[in-house]
Amino acid sequence: MTWRDNLRIAIAGATSNKLRSMLTILGVLIGVGAVIILVAVGTGSSAQVQANIDRLGTNTLTVFSTGRFGGRSTTGTQSSFATMTVGDVQQIERQPYVQSVSPVSSTSVTAAYNGASDSSATVTGSTPSYLSASSYSLEAGSSFTSSQVTNRERVAVIGQTVVSDLFGTSNPIGRTIQLGSASFEVVGVLATKGSTGIQDQDNVVIAPYTAVQDELTGESSSFSELLIQGKSSSTLNTVESEVETILAAANNTTVANLPFSVLNEASLLSTAESTSSTFTVLLAAVAGISLLVGGIGVMNIMLVTVTERTREIGIRKAIGARKSVILAQFLYEAVFLSLIGGLAGVAIGVVGSQFRIDGVQPVIAPYSIVLALGVSIAVGVFFGFYPANRAASLRPIDALRYE
Amino acid sequence: MSPATPTAPAERTLRTATTNGRAERPIIAMRHISKIYATGEAEVHAVRDVSLTIERGDFVAIMGASGSGKSTMMNIVGCLDIPTQGWYWLDGVDVRLLDEEALAEVRSRKIGFVFQAYNLIPRTTALANVELPLAYAGVRRQERRQRAIEAIEAVGLSERMSHLPSEMSGGQQQRVAVARAIVTNPAMILADEPTGNLDTSAAEDVMRIFSRLNADGRTVVLITHEADIAAFAKRVIRLRDGQIVEDYRASAVTDLPPRLGVERTIRTVGSTG
Repeated sequence: MTWRDNLRIAIAGATSNKLRSMLTILGVLIGVGAVIILVAVGTGSSAQVQANIDRLGTNTLTVFSTGRFGGRSTTGTQSSFATMTVGDVQQIERQPYVQSVSPVSSTSVTAAYNGASDSSATVTGSTPSYLSASSYSLEAGSSFTSSQVTNRERVAVIGQTVVSDLFGTSNPIGRTIQLGSASFEVVGVLATKGSTGIQDQDNVVIAPYTAVQDELTGESSSFSELLIQGKSSSTLNTVESEVETILAAANNTTVANLPFSVLNEASLLSTAESTSSTFTVLLAAVAGISLLVGGIGVMNIMLVTVTERTREIGIRKAIGARKSVILAQFLYEAVFLSLIGGLAGVAIGVVGSQFRIDGVQPVIAPYSIVLALGVSIAVGVFFGFYPANRAASLRPIDALRYE
Repeated sequence: MSPATPTAPAERTLRTATTNGRAERPIIAMRHISKIYATGEAEVHAVRDVSLTIERGDFVAIMGASGSGKSTMMNIVGCLDIPTQGWYWLDGVDVRLLDEEALAEVRSRKIGFVFQAYNLIPRTTALANVELPLAYAGVRRQERRQRAIEAIEAVGLSERMSHLPSEMSGGQQQRVAVARAIVTNPAMILADEPTGNLDTSAAEDVMRIFSRLNADGRTVVLITHEADIAAFAKRVIRLRDGQIVEDYRASAVTDLPPRLGVERTIRTVGSTG
């Protein structure tokens, strides 16, 4: 008896009770399909997190005041909120790995134009380098210039949400909008950037920090936040320590007592990645359990089959089938069921992963297909072995007597 | 005579047994065989101290009422069960020395089984059923197909080869079972109540096939409780309470089986007349 003959017998056995075999296959199918789809959802959501972070710009540092009091004595306002000066900005700009430094003065105001208004626009006062550091790009018009910053001109670049709220479909370039009580001329429109999940990045107005400080925040040449763009993400940690050293020196304090916090996008990324990989593992574990349940289904049905076909096993043994042949026959049958379930599960999983699930576009992880198929075969072998061994160990005389 | 005496070194391997197929060696030699079943408290002596020798080419019917021990005899003869006591040589092989796997091998090579309930594999064609013992014996596909077709022709069912058991009458199924029993060319055909589920004419068909197989030189051992079925055999052994109570020979081992002999005689007379 070749394995091929035996396999044929096994398949004939598995297909003799179609409904039962289908239901068994369904159990494995759901398990394998779930593994693939859920891992794809996990991978998809982590890809989405990563894309969002990429959009923020991964080689930037954000420095912001932590609200502690500054140690700067030169200004004579020791009890004031710790801030950074234009001098700090220039000193940081001179560091070798720094691409640009954009001071940030931001506030939230109501933007209005011709009766239409947008209640919660974020107005960011900065320099032209802020746009590229924040990965904004222009869709129309132009950015404000450095000289406009120096000349404290009231010009602004606006995001898509502001455009649609205030102008609808008409062209906003050259119009004057009201930000709070001040008037700003629109010089450019930003391309859509999407949401971080927390914040609408298109509901923004970006203007020269000088104008914003004059009209809206009331600060004067000091900043509570800086956006620093490094030349590459690999040197970002060096930049981070340089910035900390400079700010500590400027505030007569140590790095440990710095009244500023430095947010490194690269570390944010790794945190987000580990969070989403935990999420993926969790989903895979849940799916793995359903695969296990499918495997128990295979075992259950194989035990029923062996009992039901006890007499047939007796006949086969009486006409010369060895124990190993019977073992292989039932093992093949179990693996056949689980493998068909596995293959169908892969098909369902791949098709199912094409649809958006709860806002997440699943991304199929090739390893999950290999893993799920491998596990489904292993499940067949593992859960098929006990019933198959039971069949193989039947004494022919008992098996033949069985009615 | 004392064939394969217990003191002689028993042939342990199949190889020597099959290559040394000496004609004078009996196919079955049993000495002081007992089988005791322990059912709860009580011990049941199904077979008590039976000694029996069956010659090659014989046609033997083992008779007995239910409870006489004939089923136990059939299981021991067929190597499906091992005696509690005693020695049993099947075609020169001491079966007591064999483990489960080796017993399966012996069954596969030396015995062709025919059961009362036909015991064909369901949902499998007649031809595939007949091929199965050859498949288990490792015969190549092409040769196996050829030999299976020959065996089916031998029982006169050439036109039913691709039918499923469920599409055949009891008599036809039993003939397929006979074909399956002879396809491996076994040393002995062991039939357990082969006509028990058949009507008279189908039973006679099957018995006539056994007679013809015996006439061709095969050893046939038949277990039955019906006297008119036993009448086809050359030798009738009657069991009662696990012991042989009668051992009657109707015709010599070398003669044609009784019924076939009569038929042939009649036919010969008819053709010359």
